Amino acid sequence: MLLYDQRYRSITIQIFALFLLMLGAAWLIDNVISNLRLLGRTFSFNFLSQTSGYDINQRPIEYDSTMTHGRAALVGFLNTIILAIMGCALATVLGVLAGVLRLSNNWIISRLVTFYVEIFRNIPTLIWILIFGAVMAESMPAPSAFRGDDATSSMIFDAIAITNRGVYVPAVLFVTDLGYLTLGPVAPSLNWLLVIAVIVASLFANKALITHATRVQNATGIRPKTWWKSILILLVPVGAVFIALGAYLEYPELRGFNFAGGVHLRNSFLAMWLGLGIYTGAFIAEIVRGGILAISKGQTEAAFALGLQPGKTMRLVILPQAMRVIIPPLISQYLNLTKNTSLGLAVGYMDLRSTLGGITINQPGRELEGMLLLMAIYLAISLTISGLMNVYNSRVKLKER
Amino acid sequence: MSDTHANTVAYVRNEMLPPSDAPRSQTGAVKWMLENLFSGWANTAMTLISLLVIWWALSSVGPWLLNSVWTAGSLAECRAILDGATGACFSVITNRWHQLLFGFYPPHLYWRPVLTLVLLFVALAPVLFPALPRKLLVLSALYPFVGYHLLWGGSVWFPISVALGFVAGFVAYKLLLKVNNLLAIFGAILGPVLWWMFVAGQIDSALSSALPLGLEFVRSDRFGGFLISLIIGISGISLSLPIGILLALGRQSDMVFLKPVCVLVIEFIRGVPLITLLFNDSLLLNYFLPPGPAFDLILRVIIMVTLFASAYMAEVIRGGLAALPKGQYEAADALGLDYWKAQRLIIMPQALKISIPGIVNTFIGLFKDTTLVVFIGLLDPIGLSNAIRADTNWNGIYWELFIFIGALFFIFCFGMSRYSMYLERKLKTDHR
Amino acid sequence: MNKSVFLGTLAATALVAGLAQAQTTLETVKNRGELVCGSNTGQAGFGAPDANGVWQGFDVGFCRALAAAVLSDPNAVTFVPLTSQTRFSALASGEIDVLSRNTTWTFTRDVDLNFTFVGTNYYDGQGFMVNRELGVSSALELDGATVCIETGTTTELNLADYFRVNGMSYEPVPVDTAAEAQQQYLAGACDVYTTDISALASSRAAFAEPGDHVILPEVVSKEPLGPVVRHGDDNWADIVQWTLFALIAAEELGITSANLEELKAGSNNPEINRILGNDGGFGEMLGLDNEWAARAIAAVGNYGELFSTTIGDQTPIGLARGLNAQWTQGGLLYAPPFR
Repeated sequence: MLLYDQRYRSITIQIFALFLLMLGAAWLIDNVISNLRLLGRTFSFNFLSQTSGYDINQRPIEYDSTMTHGRAALVGFLNTIILAIMGCALATVLGVLAGVLRLSNNWIISRLVTFYVEIFRNIPTLIWILIFGAVMAESMPAPSAFRGDDATSSMIFDAIAITNRGVYVPAVLFVTDLGYLTLGPVAPSLNWLLVIAVIVASLFANKALITHATRVQNATGIRPKTWWKSILILLVPVGAVFIALGAYLEYPELRGFNFAGGVHLRNSFLAMWLGLGIYTGAFIAEIVRGGILAISKGQTEAAFALGLQPGKTMRLVILPQAMRVIIPPLISQYLNLTKNTSLGLAVGYMDLRSTLGGITINQPGRELEGMLLLMAIYLAISLTISGLMNVYNSRVKLKER
Repeated sequence: MSDTHANTVAYVRNEMLPPSDAPRSQTGAVKWMLENLFSGWANTAMTLISLLVIWWALSSVGPWLLNSVWTAGSLAECRAILDGATGACFSVITNRWHQLLFGFYPPHLYWRPVLTLVLLFVALAPVLFPALPRKLLVLSALYPFVGYHLLWGGSVWFPISVALGFVAGFVAYKLLLKVNNLLAIFGAILGPVLWWMFVAGQIDSALSSALPLGLEFVRSDRFGGFLISLIIGISGISLSLPIGILLALGRQSDMVFLKPVCVLVIEFIRGVPLITLLFNDSLLLNYFLPPGPAFDLILRVIIMVTLFASAYMAEVIRGGLAALPKGQYEAADALGLDYWKAQRLIIMPQALKISIPGIVNTFIGLFKDTTLVVFIGLLDPIGLSNAIRADTNWNGIYWELFIFIGALFFIFCFGMSRYSMYLERKLKTDHR
Repeated sequence: MNKSVFLGTLAATALVAGLAQAQTTLETVKNRGELVCGSNTGQAGFGAPDANGVWQGFDVGFCRALAAAVLSDPNAVTFVPLTSQTRFSALASGEIDVLSRNTTWTFTRDVDLNFTFVGTNYYDGQGFMVNRELGVSSALELDGATVCIETGTTTELNLADYFRVNGMSYEPVPVDTAAEAQQQYLAGACDVYTTDISALASSRAAFAEPGDHVILPEVVSKEPLGPVVRHGDDNWADIVQWTLFALIAAEELGITSANLEELKAGSNNPEINRILGNDGGFGEMLGLDNEWAARAIAAVGNYGELFSTTIGDQTPIGLARGLNAQWTQGGLLYAPPFR
C-alpha cells in the first residue's frame, strides 16, 4: 500500500490533503453559485461600465458623476497610489531622521525622539488618523476668517492658506500648453511628462558624472570636484524647460465660499498623509536605529584606523552595511503603509476602498464582484511593491561566495 | 635634593598644594550639560529647538489639562463650569468609562470579564515562567473554555462538551498509536470532528436538561469597548499560533503540493489589507456558506483575525526556523528522530524561543488593528466614541475621548513592547 | 454566541452543503423566539442605544411593534447596528429578518437588489443645512460650496444630480457617519450639511445653538423611508407590511394605547373590530393569531403616538408631521382598508 511505502508516503498524504482542499474550495464555489441563484443575481462585472452618479473631490484624472464606476475605481486607485507614495516618502524622511537622532549624544533630543517613537508606535494608526483629521478640522481657521478688512487670519507669504478645509498652496502652471498624451483611460499632461523626462535625464547624466569621478579617483587617487557640476546638471535643464514653457505660480485666493486656484490639499488627504507617515515613521526610526546598532563597533574602529573621517565612515562603511539589515523590514513597513491607506474612509479620503469598495459596492449592490476585484487590486499592489523592493534588496545583499 | 631646595631656593615650593576642585565646566551638571546638550553649535541649536518645542507643547496643553472638569453631566454643563476658560472636559470619561471598557455588558456582571482577565495571567504563568511545574499547563489548556463560559455564560455543559472533543481526540490518538503512528494522527483529527458533529450536541442538551448549571447568558451584541478589543486580540493571537506554526512548517518543507498552497495562503493574506478581510466577514461570508442565517459576528471576526494573524505568525516563525543552525536539524536526524519528534523536541522549542519577540510584536500589531472592527459596525472603543459623540449631551467632544482611548492602548502596547524587549535581552545571552 | 448555531456551523462546514432546509422567515423567527432587526448605528430619535444600551427611536419602535405582533413580546428583538454600507448584505444574507433603518425606497434596490419595500413609514426629502452667518437663503446660491455628505447613501447621488442640473459646482466632503458629519459641519470644515430633512432636524436639535443654523427651503429629492424585507417570502412581507398599516390605520381610526383595552372589548366600528381581532380572523390569515395588531399597538402606540414620543414636537428632535400626517389631515399616510 502506498501509505506504508516510505518513498511515496509523503506524496500520498499530500495528494490526499490537496484533494480535501480542493473539495473544500469546490464546496465554497458551489455555495456561491447556489447563493447567487437564490438571490436571483448573476456574477458579472458589468456594473463597472454603468454610470456612477457620484462625485469625487480629489481627482488626479478627469472625472465627474456622469462617468462610469470603472472610471471612479481608477480615480480611487490613483488616490491610493498617491497617498502611498507620499506617505512612504514622509515616513522614510521622518524615520531616518528620528532613527539617527535617537542615537544622538544630545540627551534632550534623544529623549524627545524616544517620546515620539514610543507614543506613535503604541497607539493604533486609526486613532492617529482621526486625531489629525480632528486637528485639521477643528483648530484651523475657516476660509471666512481670511475675508474682509478685519480678517483674523492671513496667508503665509500671501501664497499658502491653511484653513479648516485643507491647505492651499500655489500651483505651477504653464503658458505654453503642449497638450495631453492619451494613454487609454489616463491623459497625462505633456508639459509635466517633459519635465519628468528632463529630470530623469539629468539624474542619469549626474550618475555618469559620478561614475566618471570614481574612475578618475581609482586611476589617479584624486577625486575631481563634482558638486558644482552636479548642481548645474540637475538644475539648469529643468529650469530651462520651465522658462521655455512659461511656467508661473498660480496663487490661491478667496473666491465665493472657498479659496480657489492653487493646489488644494484636502483635510482628508492631510490627515491620512500625516497620520500614516508619522505613524510609520516611528517604526522606520526603530528599524534604522536597529540597523545602525547592528553594525559592530569594530567596523567604525577599523574605518578610523584607516584614517577615514567620521562622515566618510558613516557614508562608506556603516550605512552600506546597515542598509542590508534595514531594507527587509523597511519593505514590510512600506507594505503596511500601503495597506493602511485603506483606512481612508475614516476621514473621507476617496481611495480605492472608498470608491470601488465603498460607494460603488453600495450603489449597484455588487459586493461579491466588487470585493473580489478590490482584493485582487490590493494584492497586485502589494506584490508589485515587494517584488520591486526584493530586486533592490538582492542588489545590496551581501554577496556570499 | 629636596633638602637643598628647602634651604637654598626660596621660590621653590616644598610642600604639595591641596588638590583644588575641577573647573566648573568639567564637573557635575555643567559638564553633563556641556557634553550632552551644548557640545557644538549644531547640538546647541537642536537643544534650543527641542526646548522650544517642549515649551510650546506644555504651554498649549498644560492649562487645558490643569483646568479639567471631571463632574459635569454634559458638554454644555462643562462649558458653563469652565465659563470661557480653556479646559478639558473629562467628565465624558467619568460618565461613560464603563461603556468604553465593557460596552453594553450588563453592569451587575462586570466581575466576569474582570475575572477572565485575571485568570488569563494565571493561565499564562506556566507558559511564561518555565520554573513553574509543567503540570500547570493543563490550566492553560483549560483556560479558553473557562474564559468563554465566564464571558458569554449560558449552560456550563456547552464548553465542557466541546472540550471533551479534544479529550476524544487525545484518547483516539493514544489508542491508535499502538496500531500505527499515521493512523493515530488521523484519529486525533477525526475524533474531535466526529465528536462535535454527532455527540457533543446530544451530550450538551441532555446534560443541560438534566442538570441546568451555568451563568447568566450574555449575548454578543452586549459586548463592546476594550472588552471586544481584548477578546479579539487575545483569541486571535492564541489561535493563530498553532496555525502559524503549521503554515511556517509547510512553507519550509519540501512537499511538492502543499508548499505552494502554504505560500499562496500566506502571501494572499499578507497582501491584502485587514479591512478588506473584515469586510468579507460582514459582506461576503454569507455567499461562501450554505444558505441560512450566518453565525455570530464576533466569532466571524475572530476567525478572520486569526487567519490574518496566522500568516504574519507564520513569517515570524519561519524567521525563527531560519535562524536555527543547520546542525540542529542534522543532530536531530542523527539521533534517529522522525520529523514530528524532531520538530517537537529539538526544533520548535528553540525556534519559538527565538521568535518570542516577533510574536509579541505581532500581538501588539494585532491588538492595535482590532480598532478596525469599527468599520463593520462592532462597537469597539472607537465605535463607542462615535456613539457617545452622537449623543446630544456630548455632541462636539473628541479630544478627551481620543486621549482616553489612546492612553489605554498606549499602556497596554507599551507594556507589551517593554516585556518583549526584556525577553529579547534575556534570550540574547543564550546565543552569543 | 448561539451554541446551536455554532455547532451547526461546525457540522455544516465539515459535512456537505444543502443541509439547511428552506424555512420561512416566520418559522425562523418563531423558532428563534426573537426578531433580528437591522437598525441604524446611532441616529438620535430614529434608532440609537441609550446610556443603558436599550435601543430607542422611531424605526426601533416599528421593530418592537413587529416583535409584539409576531412573538407577543416587544422586547424579543435583537438590534443589529448596520452602516449604510453593510445594511443590504446583512438583509440579503438572512442575518436580519427586517431592515428598519431609514432606507430609501428606490427602483434598483427594489428590483435589482431583490428586496421588498413593504411601505413607507416616513416620507422624507433631502435638504440642506447652512450656518445662518453665510446669509444663504436658497440652495441655488450654493455654487462652489463645500458639502458634507454621508457616503454610501442615495443623498450622494441626489446631490450630484441637483448641482449638475443647476449648473453649479461643489466640493463633496464624504463622511462615514452622521456624528462625523455633524462634527465636520460644526467645525466649519464644510459650508453645507446635506441629508434627509428629518435627520437634519435631528442633528440641529442636538447642536449647542440650533438657532444659528437654517435648513434651506429646497427639498431636492423624494425619500420614502420604510422597512425592507427579502424578496421571495411573501407571507413575511405581508406580516411586516400589515403591521405597519395597522399602526397607521389605528391612528386614523382613533385606536390609541390608552383606549385599546376598552376597544378590544368590542366597538361598533367593524373595521376596528377586524383590526383588533374581534372579527374576521385576519391574524390567522397572516399565520399569526388574531390579537397581533392589538399587541403591536399596545407595544408602541399607534403611528401618531410612536411619532410624537420619538421624533415629534415634544421631543428634542422636534419634527412636524408635515407629509407624514394622515391623508385626512393633508398628509400622505394612507393605509389600505382592513377588509
